[in-house]
Formats: sequence, structure tokens, C-alpha cells
Amino acid sequence: MTAKKIFVHTFLLIGVILSIFPFYWLVVMSTNETSAIFAFPPKLTFGNYLVTNYNHVMDNINFIRALTNTLFIAVLSTFLQLFFNSLTGFTFSKFKFPGSKVLFYLMIATMMIPAQMLLVPQFIIIKEFGWLGSYKALIVPSMASAFGIFWIRQYALAIHDDLLEAARIDGCNKFGLYWRIALPILRPALAFLAITTFMGVWEDYLWPLIVLTDTSKFTLMLALQQLKSVHTADYSMVMTGTLMATLPLIVFFLVVSRQFIAGIMEGAVKS
Amino acid sequence: MGGLLKEIYKSRTLYLFISPFYILFLIFSVFPIFFSIYLSVHKWDGIGEMTSVGFNNFKYMFKDPSFWQVIVNNVAIWLLSNGPMLVMALIVAFVINMSIVKFKGFFRITYFLPNITAMVAVVIIFQSMFGNEYGLINFFLEKIGLDKIAWFNSSTGVRVVIAAMIAWRYLGYNAIIYLSGLQRIPKDLYEAADLDGATMLQTFTKITIPMLRPIILFSVMMSTIGGFQIFTEPQVLAGNQSPYPGSDTIVLYMYREGFIYQNYGYAAAVSWVLFVIIGIISLLNWKLFNKSDD
Repeated sequence: MTAKKIFVHTFLLIGVILSIFPFYWLVVMSTNETSAIFAFPPKLTFGNYLVTNYNHVMDNINFIRALTNTLFIAVLSTFLQLFFNSLTGFTFSKFKFPGSKVLFYLMIATMMIPAQMLLVPQFIIIKEFGWLGSYKALIVPSMASAFGIFWIRQYALAIHDDLLEAARIDGCNKFGLYWRIALPILRPALAFLAITTFMGVWEDYLWPLIVLTDTSKFTLMLALQQLKSVHTADYSMVMTGTLMATLPLIVFFLVVSRQFIAGIMEGAVKS
Repeated sequence: MGGLLKEIYKSRTLYLFISPFYILFLIFSVFPIFFSIYLSVHKWDGIGEMTSVGFNNFKYMFKDPSFWQVIVNNVAIWLLSNGPMLVMALIVAFVINMSIVKFKGFFRITYFLPNITAMVAVVIIFQSMFGNEYGLINFFLEKIGLDKIAWFNSSTGVRVVIAAMIAWRYLGYNAIIYLSGLQRIPKDLYEAADLDGATMLQTFTKITIPMLRPIILFSVMMSTIGGFQIFTEPQVLAGNQSPYPGSDTIVLYMYREGFIYQNYGYAAAVSWVLFVIIGIISLLNWKLFNKSDD
């Protein structure tokens, strides 16, 4: 029995090492000179070039600008999605009205459309609206999402009808039912949705690449790609930029990981 | 009829509540679908007149060797990454779920960690580990007595590099998905197997796999759809027109035609072919899904 126990834990630990090693390597490279990494054998321990590399990153891209741009878009998108998705999801879960079923299934069906397929016509619409290069192009089309509405609706089904009925008798209107009764109950579902939306915006690459034209408006991912494609020779500097662009999200994840993984597992069972 | 209208009028606030999604849907999905059908039979550079070209875009595409090459690349990368990754994810989930395993929470979090790393960052990190001559992976290969591999000189090499990025980023995610399915399998099934003296392998093939079938097929479907939408990996790795063999993908091909060469009509035609490919694969998977219900 103990042999089995040791074997199983060793197996899992090897997987842990494989999962963690690229992060370790990222830090090793960020703290060394490029030549140390491309030496043979490569350096596998931390060096003391982090500050130098950091200064090079700051010289080459406007990191603070890209970080504030990303935070601005991510926070605004997240709040808009939380509001519109929860309002729509709650409405679908607790009210019946002509066409509600058809509209709901229509919404589910839209999840089947691969996003890349509509890239060209969506780009042309954005261009016609005069939104090219503007954050509107990133924020407006994704103010509400079918996945988010579905997610909230599943959660909101569990809200007791008596609770809503009591509030209605007390003179609460429909929006009041949503705002005062449903929203507080929906908090765990909203938290998960907020985390996924925020991370999705942070990591988005293709759509910002197409609609953002001005480097001063670049998100972190675009700034990172720019850094990489221009400065191929200085790899430690590029790695330091990568570390700076991913570290906030990793810290954020470690803080919310328990809740987040519970959400992923719940979502898998539901779908 | 009057009753229905009255119903609708009474529910007007509800329609208002759900309207944002549908307004966005009309502008950014329904209209683009029809517009892209129209575009796909036209030639348009975005500025001048649109000229109708019938099915010429499609004819050109099917005659273009680089179009067939991207399909081959896409399928190869998808098989190399998702095949081993999904099998490993299943094994990892099975092991984490075993009652003798301690620190389950720790394992869940560390295995999931790669998934929250942005693909752009994953590409940069992995590219630095693989090299034609030097590089970390070649160093390790030599250490254990194997030959160095010139990763970026052969299409298989480049595909393995891209597949490694995908496998690393999604293994933990899929393991967590499987784990959620495993936790719903009744414990007494395993206990009964244990009493009957079943080995670990027998428990895995006779209980775990059959019980997980729907969730496995779901993950296969999702990773297939994802596999045909690969863009960031080759684009960040080597730019819009990769000098490396075997790494060009359908979405990158479409991106290049549309957004670099401004062939909007042609790019729209490519997107429809992509849609049909994804549609066929989803349908096949769906058929498999239904089979499991019999």
C-alpha cells in the first residue's frame, strides 16, 4: 500500500515539475544576460541582471501605458458583462413571456458560431462605425455573452420564487427584483464570471491586433508581441517583459484559485 | 391575437432587460454572417468597388497548394497536441481522484496554473527553450545521451514545438474537467472493484473510461474546435509569413489574406470553408455523443 502511495505521489510530482518548470525558466532568463542562456550548457540558476533587463523593457515599450490600457479595458468590460449578463440571465430564469423559449435557445445556438469566422465582416463594420483604433471596438461587441447569460441563468434558477413574490408584494418592480433580491444571491456566480472575463480580456490577442492601430493604445499582449518581434537579439529582455505581463495575472489567479477551479468544475458538469 | 399583443405589451420591461444581447447579436453576428456570404463571392480590397466573381474565390482556394498545406499543418498540430494531452489529462485526473492522494488542492492548482498563462507568453517562453543547435531542450537531450534536434528545420520539429505549447497550456484544464466528471462517479463502484481485487489498470479501463464517456467526448469536441482556430502560436512564433516549415494554419492564412493583403472577399471565403470543416467535425462528434446514450 505504501509503495503504491509513493509511486502515485512521485507521478504527480513529476507533473508538477513539468507544469512549474517553464515559469522557473522564465525567471532564470529574466535574471540573466542573453548570452548566459544561449551558452552551452545553458545557465539554470538565477542571475542578477533583472534590474538591467527591466530597465531595457521600460526603454523599449511603454509598459505602464500598456498595463493601464489593459486594466482599463478589462475592468470596464468585466463590469458591463456582469451587468448585462446577469440582468438577461435572471430574466430568462424567472420570467415567462412570449418568445422567451425561442429567444433563449437562439442565444444558446450562437455559442456554436466560431469567433474567427466573423472576423472579416466584424472588422469592416467596426471600420464603418469609425471605431478602428478605439477601445469601443474591443468593449462594445463583447458587452454581453451567451456563455455568461447561460451561466447566470443556471445559477438563478435556484432562487426561491417565494422570495421574489414577497418582494413583489412589498412593491418591488422587476428591476428592483433583479437589483435587490437576485444580485446578492448571484454573487458566487458573478465572481466566477468576473474572473474569466477579466482573464479573457487580459490575454486576448487576435481581435486587439486587428482593431488597434496606434501603439499608444496597445494592450499588454500587443506590446509584448511588439517587443519580441523588434528585439529578437535581446531575449532576456523579452523574457523580462513576459514576466512583467504575466505576473499580475498569476498572482491574481493564486488569490482566487479555489473559487475559480470550483467554478470550472461546476461548469463542466453543467454543460 | 389581441391576447398575445397584450401579453407582449405587459412584458415590455422584460424585453428591454434582454435586449442588449440581441442588439449586439444582430449587429455583430447576424449581419456579419450574411455580409460574409456576400463577400465570399466578391473581390474587394476594402476601398474600391466590389466586383462579383462567383465561385472564383473558392476555385482559387482549392487550387492553391498553400491552402492544402495549412489544412495538413492544422490537422497534424491538432493530432500531435491533443492526442497525447487528453490521454495524459485523463490519467492525471484519475490519479488525483484516488483516495490515497494527499494535497489534492495543491495538485489541482499547480496543474491548472499553465492555463492562466496567456498564449503570447507561452509562445515566447517555449521558443526560448527550443533551438536548432543550442537551447535547453537540446541540452537535456544530450545529457541523456540522445542527439540534438534541429527543431525549426523540419515541419515535424516545428509542429512538435507548437504542440508542446498547446499541450502544456491545456493539460491541467482538461484534467480539471475530467476530475469534475470523476467526482460524480459513485464511490461504491470503486470499492466493489477493490473488493474484487481489480488492478489499477482494470479499474481505469472498466469503470473510469465508460463512466466518463460523455465528458471525454465533450473535451475532444472542444479541443478539436480550438485546434482549428490556432493563430497566436504560429503568429507570435514566426510572424505573419512563417519562415519555418509546417507551422502555417487556416486562421493565420485567412488573417494574412484579409488583414495583410486586403483580400476581404477571399478571406471571407476561407472563413466559410473553416466553418464547414468545424461543422463537419462537430457533427461527427455529436453522432458519437448520441451513440453513448444508447
